[in-house]
Amino acid sequence: MRSINRSVALGCAAVTSIGVLAACGGSGGGSPGGTSSSMPNLKGVSFTMLGQWTGGEQKAFQAVLDKFDSETGAQGHYTPAAGGNEAGVLGTDVAGGKPPDIAFLSLPGAIAQYAKAGKLTPVNAAGQKAVADNFASEWASLGSYHGKLYGVPVDASDKSTIWYNANLFKNAGISSPPATWPDLIADGKKLSASGVSVPISVGGGDGWTLTDWFENVYLRTAGVAKYDQLTHHKIKWTDPSVKKALETLLQIWGDKRLIGSPAAAVKVLFTDSVDNVFKKNPTSAIVYEASFVATTITSDKDPAVVGVDAKVAPFPSINGSAPVIEAAGDFAVAFTKNKAIQPFLQFLASSEAAKLLVSTSGSGFLTPNKNMPNSDYPDATSAALGKQIVDAGNNFRFDMSDQAPAAFGGTPNKGEWGDLQQFLVNQNVAATQQQLEKDASAATGW
Amino acid sequence: MARSTEEPVAVPADAGASVLQSTSAPPGKSRPPGERRWIAGIFIGPAAIWLGAIVLYPLVYTLIRSLFSDTPTGAPGHFAGVQNYIKIGSQSDSLEALKNNIIWVIVVPALVTILGLMFAVLTEHIRWASAFKVALFMPMAISFLASGVTWSLIYVDQPSEGLGNAVVTGIHDIFSTSVTYPNVHTVNPKVLAGNDNAGFTSAHSFSTGTPALLPMVGLSLSSPPANAVQAAKPAAGTGLAGTVWNDFALGGGGHQGAIDHGELGIPGLQVQALQNGKTVGTATTGADGSFRFPSLTSGSYTLRLPASDFTAAYGGVSWLGKNLITPAIIVVYLWIYAGFAMVLLAAGMSAISRDALEAARMDGATEWQVFRHVTAPLLAPVLMVVFVTMVINVLKVFDIVFVIQQAAGGNARYANVLAVQLYSEYGNQQFGAASAIGIALVILVIPAMIFQVHRFRKEAQ
Repeated sequence: MRSINRSVALGCAAVTSIGVLAACGGSGGGSPGGTSSSMPNLKGVSFTMLGQWTGGEQKAFQAVLDKFDSETGAQGHYTPAAGGNEAGVLGTDVAGGKPPDIAFLSLPGAIAQYAKAGKLTPVNAAGQKAVADNFASEWASLGSYHGKLYGVPVDASDKSTIWYNANLFKNAGISSPPATWPDLIADGKKLSASGVSVPISVGGGDGWTLTDWFENVYLRTAGVAKYDQLTHHKIKWTDPSVKKALETLLQIWGDKRLIGSPAAAVKVLFTDSVDNVFKKNPTSAIVYEASFVATTITSDKDPAVVGVDAKVAPFPSINGSAPVIEAAGDFAVAFTKNKAIQPFLQFLASSEAAKLLVSTSGSGFLTPNKNMPNSDYPDATSAALGKQIVDAGNNFRFDMSDQAPAAFGGTPNKGEWGDLQQFLVNQNVAATQQQLEKDASAATGW
Repeated sequence: MARSTEEPVAVPADAGASVLQSTSAPPGKSRPPGERRWIAGIFIGPAAIWLGAIVLYPLVYTLIRSLFSDTPTGAPGHFAGVQNYIKIGSQSDSLEALKNNIIWVIVVPALVTILGLMFAVLTEHIRWASAFKVALFMPMAISFLASGVTWSLIYVDQPSEGLGNAVVTGIHDIFSTSVTYPNVHTVNPKVLAGNDNAGFTSAHSFSTGTPALLPMVGLSLSSPPANAVQAAKPAAGTGLAGTVWNDFALGGGGHQGAIDHGELGIPGLQVQALQNGKTVGTATTGADGSFRFPSLTSGSYTLRLPASDFTAAYGGVSWLGKNLITPAIIVVYLWIYAGFAMVLLAAGMSAISRDALEAARMDGATEWQVFRHVTAPLLAPVLMVVFVTMVINVLKVFDIVFVIQQAAGGNARYANVLAVQLYSEYGNQQFGAASAIGIALVILVIPAMIFQVHRFRKEAQ
């Protein structure tokens, strides 16, 4: 989610400031209703939260927060980080000794680093139980450091989804979405023959979309074990497995009939890459990105109907690879011992909070909470995606670049983002591997 | 913290005020007798504390922070000496930023001063001077962010969205006709070989009497050309004949290489007949894609579809591409600041004694000579102030670059400047490296500052 916020940060600036006011004003009014048995009375306790959510995501989270406030009488204040730059704002706050009570982190690596520095408060027994009851163990371990749970999983996105324009598929006579990599290529060619000028829309303007492409291909060509090693830089980027993944990518990125001119693709921002597929006169038919593409589609000025015009399918299998999901998500971590924190973390881990989070209109959130009934999702598409996340259990891998130090895996035009943008244009496998390894070695905090 | 290092730099408004002061020749300062130092202290005290807190402390802290290493959480690590400076000096992206800053400093202050001077001199000689000045000064009233967003839209690649390319392609299209079928391509290289740039040539030769079927694909099925109809084999008649058609029916299906129901002809295509490498005839396809060379009644010919119908349409200039992005942003900056320089210089010019100008004119000097030998020398101090102020402003340029970078996608890196690089390091919690860039910027600004302060002092005397 880090990434989607980045891309809409500019457009949401105005929304954000209104949102802040709403967030500050929302919790003031009305006396708390009767506190339910599980919820303590926290009348008069106020706590602060920092995250990256703006727009629809912020609204959905605010619904969760409002519920907690009204149940307990506490007053939670959520602020999206200025400029969408959470790492910078949080780092300054922590270094200055005034951290927020709770921060929402999309980077498991950051949880580990703050925990290692002794800045975090562990989740208490009740919260641990809620997490253990409601989430697959892999989610809990992503939020843990040295066996202690610090991060409560809040939301998840499924990053192994391809979205396609059903009408253009019909025009080209393609009856089902591509199941394998060669299918994807063949369908792309067919779409090209049917007059779609750029069949596969690659949003290379945002480097993170390219890292997601790479990670999905790598997960399928190199396997889970190598993926884990590369994630923690235990093998070098010059490894043959990386070469294979990049070469596989070139089968699509290197074909102008499939992605158009790479020099043009490297300028297309994520939102535009989605828009190109689902706008009125689409120039593309397929876009790869995560489950939150749905939010981008519905926020278009002329939205396609998700589930009817805009359909979704799992990322294709490569060389017979077994189904596997790349996921991402946000974790709530506590920096202080404020009285409201542990009850709130516990509430966040509940099915009730998960329901509010996913069902608020415009949210686009999925939850890895396995005890929330799938029927709580507002529409069939998000329900299906949510089911995939829950059904995957522990058989998923967290976004690789989100686990790398930000200087390598999370900075526009730098590190992995920048190197893959260069790769998209120059298509030089060996040089790209060298550059990736050089940048990975230069980053600290693996 | 790190960002506060930009504070000590003079803001343009101050500089403007100083210009007016300097040109209106303030009286020499002398301390009134009997004034006590402690009273001065009381008056200065609050301002001094305020300045110390928001300027001096951040500056000193930034300097200290730049000497400590970074930890992943942003807390200062161990004492690292000049390691951070070495690090920023060896990273390719900060070097790119430095290179761009140098381009900015060399190009922008000079251009702003020259443009400002031109406008200031010209507005003296035209009617409606005030209206002209207001129009030129107007961009200064728009925030950098809004200017950046506006110009990002002007620089959009698609001529249908970006004003810049709408103009460029509009002019281009006056001189050359537009391309009809940029996406249409061959489906079977064994029948038709080639590509968009070379054109397509038939792999076999065709002889009179047998219809030449040339299948292609890529015609837009959702919005086909209005005049295209169901493809058909050429009617019986004399001469070499054939059909170029879109071998793809809506919804797929059909046989490759055969004209099926629902497949459209490709009208208006040029077809050349070649014999021994020489063009011996030219025909154009009709609405059903059929063509005919009535004069070629015998022999066999290779058929060619020349590239001119297929090469991608001229898309205009890639404003925010690798090579033009920095110049493109500089243009925006000039748009904003040329009017500002004009106002300062016009103020300076109005302070020049009319007598000197009149005297020169009486002596028979041309307008150019008056400008060259009277106006320019008398205006030199103001020119210098404008120039130096722009040097300082340009070194710390941030917002306009940052905003336009958001629209540039993967080419944003080529527009990097030091202040943006600083922000990027800050975003990665590399506060030490960010501080080092901040200090480096201060050091770069200092010569210009000293020069400026020195001048003010000299003028005050």
